Amino acid sequence: MTTTADQDTEIAPTELAGQLQTPFRRFVSDFFESWVATVAFALFLVIVFGALFAPLISPQDPYDLAQVDVMESRLPPGSKSYQGYTFLLGTDGAGRDLFSAILYGLRISLSVGVVSGIIAMIIGSSVGLTAAYCGGRVEALIMRIVDLQLSFPAILIALMLLAVFGKGVDKIMIALVTVQWAYYARTVRSTAIVERQKEYVEAARCLGLSHKRVLFHHILPNCLAPLIVVVTVQTAHAIALEATLSFLGVGLPQTEPSLGLLISNGFEYMLSGRYWISFFPGIALLLTIVSINLVGDQLRDVLNPRLQR
Amino acid sequence: MTDQVPTLEVVDLATHFFTKAGIVKAVDGVSFSVGAGEVVGLVGESGSGKTVTGFSIVGLVDPPGKVVSGSIRLKGEDLVHANAERLREIRGNQVAMIFQDPMMTLNPVLRIDTQMIEAVRAHRELNRAAAREVARNALGQVGIPSPNERLKAYPHQLSGGMRQRVAIAIAFVNKPDLIIADEPTTALDVTIQAQIIHEAQTLCRQTGTALIWITHDLAVVAGLADRICVMYAGRIVEAGPSDDVLDRPMHPYTAGLIGSVPTHNKRGERLRQIPGMTPSLLNLPPGCAFRSRCANAQSNCQQTPDETTPFDGRRLRCHHPMTAIERQP
Repeated sequence: MTTTADQDTEIAPTELAGQLQTPFRRFVSDFFESWVATVAFALFLVIVFGALFAPLISPQDPYDLAQVDVMESRLPPGSKSYQGYTFLLGTDGAGRDLFSAILYGLRISLSVGVVSGIIAMIIGSSVGLTAAYCGGRVEALIMRIVDLQLSFPAILIALMLLAVFGKGVDKIMIALVTVQWAYYARTVRSTAIVERQKEYVEAARCLGLSHKRVLFHHILPNCLAPLIVVVTVQTAHAIALEATLSFLGVGLPQTEPSLGLLISNGFEYMLSGRYWISFFPGIALLLTIVSINLVGDQLRDVLNPRLQR
Repeated sequence: MTDQVPTLEVVDLATHFFTKAGIVKAVDGVSFSVGAGEVVGLVGESGSGKTVTGFSIVGLVDPPGKVVSGSIRLKGEDLVHANAERLREIRGNQVAMIFQDPMMTLNPVLRIDTQMIEAVRAHRELNRAAAREVARNALGQVGIPSPNERLKAYPHQLSGGMRQRVAIAIAFVNKPDLIIADEPTTALDVTIQAQIIHEAQTLCRQTGTALIWITHDLAVVAGLADRICVMYAGRIVEAGPSDDVLDRPMHPYTAGLIGSVPTHNKRGERLRQIPGMTPSLLNLPPGCAFRSRCANAQSNCQQTPDETTPFDGRRLRCHHPMTAIERQP
């Protein structure tokens, strides 16, 4: 009886510390230590909410041709519309309210970036894990394909694919996934190789668990930290790439403008003083990418054990 | 005992690693057997092939390593030629392993319950709640207080001794016939070490599990093992009942190991050590592998000594065994 009591008191402090500091709580408090990251995260949330609730916030549905009047095209910010609301950021060449168009454009940009990022992550990390776990020829083959893929500029591959497939949201997602899976594969492989050597993997195999189970249930969770960082960076990349492709006119159709297309629609008016058509979508794109990147930077600092104080 | 089928019987096991520099004969002709409820200590220096022997039994020798000859029989079933699927069924169910470093053997990102339930469900058709109950009982068995709270903990929230108890609980959870413990107490301090050994011993006696305890620490095997196999350079050089071997070592290497334990020396006196290093197992020349470090070595040590049986139950590989006079300190 006494021994049990002794052991209980002996363990109590560890337990207390454990309850105060679960890994997730420590992670959250570390993350919000930096005010830059906090502001960036807040900005990112505002952008996401703006995109999600675009139909409720925006005064006009820019995709509904009945609400768009060509007579109101290229009005400066602050002008009144015939319906009575104010064009906060002016209108573009087709008479669309820019504020509404930006919110709707953000929806497309974000969803294309996030969805293709997630698909690329799933494909890339599965491939990377397989390569690390199998080793030998399988690994050599997979990693040479990755090298080959990464040796081409992303924009070039995306342009070629879109030239073949044509325009459309699904096609641009295919192009982005094709361009990005290799980054995930490489990241996950390098971490998984380190993790594979650790004893808990040996122990898991000694329990008679299947290869699939060891791979996805034991090794993958230990590779999450670098993976999360790559996800944020690559999502920002995907959004920028999509905007670039749309700007070049091979991305999304004119009727559903993303941010890149809005910028490209306005850039011929830049020198004639009608700066707002390109300027505001550009700012929106900039803020989105910068906020995601700042969040990613902070994640990298927090999740990197070498930088931990 | 002798007419029964032993839990594990290893005969002439040879595991070689085919590296670019040459063949490393990590295990070269090892034979021993373990009966139900028996504890066998596998003793030797680092690199003597103890761990590789353990991994050979569970079929987890990774390339370029390979079991090249010999037989491993678990309750009469051949493990060397068993297919991968059968080996997977055996691992964790009939044969379990405990590893050296409890900090490393538990997955750091998974909770204890996740890992234990997984171990149970890998071999038994149980729902999560039932598996959890089995896990909870197993934790109670290894002397972990308030197992319900421990189940919800992450490995980093437990101390080293606790973690090793959890690892032992995982090993025992499916009631295996054989447990291979690979230096499980090396990373722990002595008081915890004693508790863990006591725990393992009691569980083996209760469940009739055979136990192979791999270690370099003679003090540990002295109190724990029924029989000892002393390994050197991939071979068993001496084997026998543990008291007998420790009291009357016949191989100069065993005598050297015993002499190296600090308690055998007087205060202020220089520690007695075995001169030299373990030989590289790469392209080991024929003959007794210990001869370059042995005080008794003579010219016929160039030939590999055969295994002899000087007494009943004792096995020896030496041309010039220690005599009673030489053993006097």
